[in-house]
Amino acid sequence: MPSDSDLGAIWLTLRLATVTTLLLLLIGTPIAWWLARTRSWAKGVVGALVALPIVLPPSVIGFYLLLAMGPNGPIGHFTQALGLGMLPFTFWGLVVGSIFYSMPFVVQPIQNAFEAIGERPLEVAATLRASPFDTFLSVVLPLAKPGFLTATVLGFAHTVGEFGVVLMIGGNIPDTTRVVSVQIYDHVEALEYTEAHWLAAIMVAFSFAVLLLLYLFNPTGRRK
Amino acid sequence: MKCKLIHLFALPILLASVTAGSANADEVQVAVAANFTAPMKLIAADFEKASGHKAALSFGATGKFYAQIRNGAPFDILLAADDETPAKLEKEGFGVSGSRFTYAIGKLVLWSARPGYVDDQGGVLKKGGFTHIALANPKLAPYGAAAVEVMTKLGLMGVLEPKFVQGENIAQTYQFVSTGNAELGFVALSQVYEDDKLRSGSGWIVPSAMHAPIRQDAVLLTKGKGNTAAAALLQYLRSDKAKAVIRAYGYDL
Repeated sequence: MPSDSDLGAIWLTLRLATVTTLLLLLIGTPIAWWLARTRSWAKGVVGALVALPIVLPPSVIGFYLLLAMGPNGPIGHFTQALGLGMLPFTFWGLVVGSIFYSMPFVVQPIQNAFEAIGERPLEVAATLRASPFDTFLSVVLPLAKPGFLTATVLGFAHTVGEFGVVLMIGGNIPDTTRVVSVQIYDHVEALEYTEAHWLAAIMVAFSFAVLLLLYLFNPTGRRK
Repeated sequence: MKCKLIHLFALPILLASVTAGSANADEVQVAVAANFTAPMKLIAADFEKASGHKAALSFGATGKFYAQIRNGAPFDILLAADDETPAKLEKEGFGVSGSRFTYAIGKLVLWSARPGYVDDQGGVLKKGGFTHIALANPKLAPYGAAAVEVMTKLGLMGVLEPKFVQGENIAQTYQFVSTGNAELGFVALSQVYEDDKLRSGSGWIVPSAMHAPIRQDAVLLTKGKGNTAAAALLQYLRSDKAKAVIRAYGYDL
């Protein structure tokens, strides 16, 4: 059976994934909208930056975040000037790391959904004198719903599975930064294979369930 | 031009024939505890020069190596960070019995990247004023366990524990301190020590009487039985030349 510290890690992981996903939906939606609509030359640059975590090893992201958020790094200077202290070894440090790490998994599905809508519904809404904001709320969001669903599920699941970034900037503090993946790693390293199996099996079951739900119920996955 | 091209093709063939020429040149795969990275690189280079054998080094956590070795990893030798893992491997039949020996005794240092931050008596621990103190996970790493022992002995565990940030191994712990994210931390002396002095920052070399000795044992693995390069490397580790390198990195012997 999972121990108290295992349960603590599970709870922390769920909290981290929820906060990260909500923030990513807020940050990612305008980025996805801009990427879907813009004709600027900068589209390629921003698109590439957003996609970077897909190809970069998490240890690279984690290492640079550790440097950037440290006392001599730009993010560290900024957070210290705001009186927030430093981010490594804190829950919010993990949130910042996860936002970078899961960004493409949220932005790209939303961007695809926005692009699939095309110009026509927006033009129709405009001729009916809908304001751009109204158009976005009553036309774009409902049409892009499958994209948002995919983005939410993938962003959440990807954050749950995060390991390398947390390892680099987390510091393995119970209930603050020791997430499930790190806890499993600790169990394996300490040769506590039974405990490792418990947690790992939960992770496998969870991941499969999430993806199954996504494929079964998301309309984009089905042929009409 | 043609001439150069021929040279270009001839070179690898030449190299290959030279390597094949040294009749008993073998390769040995060594799993090395993270804290022994720096000295082992030097020792392996010297060893290759002296013997003609090749030593392929993998660095990492001893616990990870244990799991990998039990699952068929192709290592010939394990240089562990402790003495329990080699003993366990030997008992379970993955190590050659009678091949174990202590190649180094680790020393612990309380270290900060900032010069003048850690006094040479470790008084900074009592004084406090820092937000994070880094140590290796005491459950996984002998250096972490030793650090806990020292803090317990000083009666400071209750005060310091909320400030702990734990690396998965000593290499990661060093990373936390060297980037300044933790003001100070317990690391292996070998990580911050070279030519008999600290490379940078400030530190308190913890007297070895304050914790159980960090005995680091080497063991010949069953895979390496009969590998002449493996036997030669284990022999070389006990040579005076290797011992001098090990001592220069701040290990006892």
